[in-house]
Amino acid sequence: MIFEGTAHKYGRDVDTDVIIPARYLNTHDPDELAANCMEDIDKDFVDRVQPGDIIVAEENFGCGSSREQAPVAIKAAGISCVVAASFARIFYRNAINIGLPILVCPEAAGDVQGGDRLRADLDEGEVTNLTRDKVYQADRFPDFMQEIVAAGGLMAHVKKRTQGGGENA
Amino acid sequence: MAEPMNITEKILARACGQESVHAGDFVNARLDLALANDITAPLAIKEFEAAGMTRVWDPEKVVLVCDHFVPNKDIKSAEQAKLVREFARRQGLTNFFDVGRMGIEHVILPEKGLVVPGDVVIGADSHTCTYGALGAFATGVGSTDLAAGMATGEVWLRVPETIRFNYEGEPGRYVTGKDYILYTIGLTGVDGALYEAMEFGGSAIRSLSMDGRFTMCNMAIEAGGKNGIIEPDATTEEYCRGRALREPVMKKSDEGASYSRVIEIDVSSIEPQVAKPHLPSNTVPAVELSELKIDQVVIGSCTNGRIEDLRMAAEVLKGRKVHPDVRTIVFPGSQLVYKQAMKEGLVDIFIDAEVAVSTPTCGPCLGGHMGILAAGERCVSTTNRNFVGRMGHTESEVYLAGPYVAAATAIAGTVAVPEEVLA
Repeated sequence: MIFEGTAHKYGRDVDTDVIIPARYLNTHDPDELAANCMEDIDKDFVDRVQPGDIIVAEENFGCGSSREQAPVAIKAAGISCVVAASFARIFYRNAINIGLPILVCPEAAGDVQGGDRLRADLDEGEVTNLTRDKVYQADRFPDFMQEIVAAGGLMAHVKKRTQGGGENA
Repeated sequence: MAEPMNITEKILARACGQESVHAGDFVNARLDLALANDITAPLAIKEFEAAGMTRVWDPEKVVLVCDHFVPNKDIKSAEQAKLVREFARRQGLTNFFDVGRMGIEHVILPEKGLVVPGDVVIGADSHTCTYGALGAFATGVGSTDLAAGMATGEVWLRVPETIRFNYEGEPGRYVTGKDYILYTIGLTGVDGALYEAMEFGGSAIRSLSMDGRFTMCNMAIEAGGKNGIIEPDATTEEYCRGRALREPVMKKSDEGASYSRVIEIDVSSIEPQVAKPHLPSNTVPAVELSELKIDQVVIGSCTNGRIEDLRMAAEVLKGRKVHPDVRTIVFPGSQLVYKQAMKEGLVDIFIDAEVAVSTPTCGPCLGGHMGILAAGERCVSTTNRNFVGRMGHTESEVYLAGPYVAAATAIAGTVAVPEEVLA
């Protein structure tokens, strides 16, 4: 999987309250959530973002609440991939589970500026900065996690496993 | 003979049917409970049904609690709660808790004996780590993980490394479990325990009540922890007696178990803490903020909404009135806590002090309802997060503290400790 888009750059500890404030958690509709994505950290994000764009952030991206509405809002807003120096653990799992590609890449987090044009290659674990002509190495995640993302998310993966027996087949 | 394991490893080994596991292993753990609430269950139910699942794996083990936006704060929240209620009925869930029967999920699950020592619990709420206080492995997950858990009765997990924290010494008169954990998060930072289990031990933990232990484990997530955990002991047994719905499985960490780090903390040097905006790790002694004017005080939540917390607040508020410029709201964490508080005369103390007393709800903790802040307002709160916009306007501020500091602050009108107002 390869994605190309403009970088939207943030610092460390971007928490899920600023990604999707609780006042919007009375809905679980992806488009409604997308309309308010990143509102409390960057209220112009929703106007700027183009399909395929990439969020780049420093350490501990997605910390705080377990709200899955956070990666859902990001994905529905058109973001193709999130690159961060590190991810909070619930956000990391949620992103994989809903099929939002993520890459752990401290190098990119330290160098990319907002507005840079990036290419992210999930199979190679590489992020290319097309604006600055640089390549950064990212961590690949374990094969079974790649399977989940490739299957389109956790439930598609679970469905494959439970097919062939049991009430839920 | 199995090699030494710490308590988190032991619980996960048992849950996946293996002799032993090590940090870094990927396992499929059998679940004892899967939990969600009115704002996380809707997505979980949607994912569950979209994948063609028709029955939850065990209707006695899926727990749904309406606690965040209840009693329903608007039409959309009512529709979400309705979705959850109807799913609970369709599935014949034994443990569905709605208005009038509910409390804050992480207060009622232990209170009702639904979680016991040795359990593996996932919850679509980050403060699920609270149940580690019972010597269970409990961790927060998202709605899709919860949907998969409801379908299969299992969760895939990477066995975490564990940081061992040893708390020794005698605490000061008004120093509580909340101060211990705020101090600890101040040491680690908000990602200092990232992906790791936080195992709390030492003599000061042995002397800590169950309520204080729940408070500590509740905030493990604020240090980035996968789970918080305290080895069960006589205090835990006492708590479980006559309450636990299933047989507790008491595990202890072995001599020689591995830890990524061991951190020694002398509790006698811990002063009542406050976490300043906008991170739970931004901690200072409360006395350093004595000039700071406050607009609202909140006492409650899954962190500090238990009977002991209300007793602490009442101890300070008794016979006094809160400052005329401060709005003070108390949220008993469950119907039982509320009744107990009434029985002990605490509700009289609160009302006489000009404090508002609410039905159980998460309410303002996450900026839902029942105490939202306007631009420029400041709240001292016994809740667990103070990120930008957490309790209302992005230009409002939340200061986290324990019930003693919260109650003293309500009286003083500025951040205060009990000694200042009890003189």
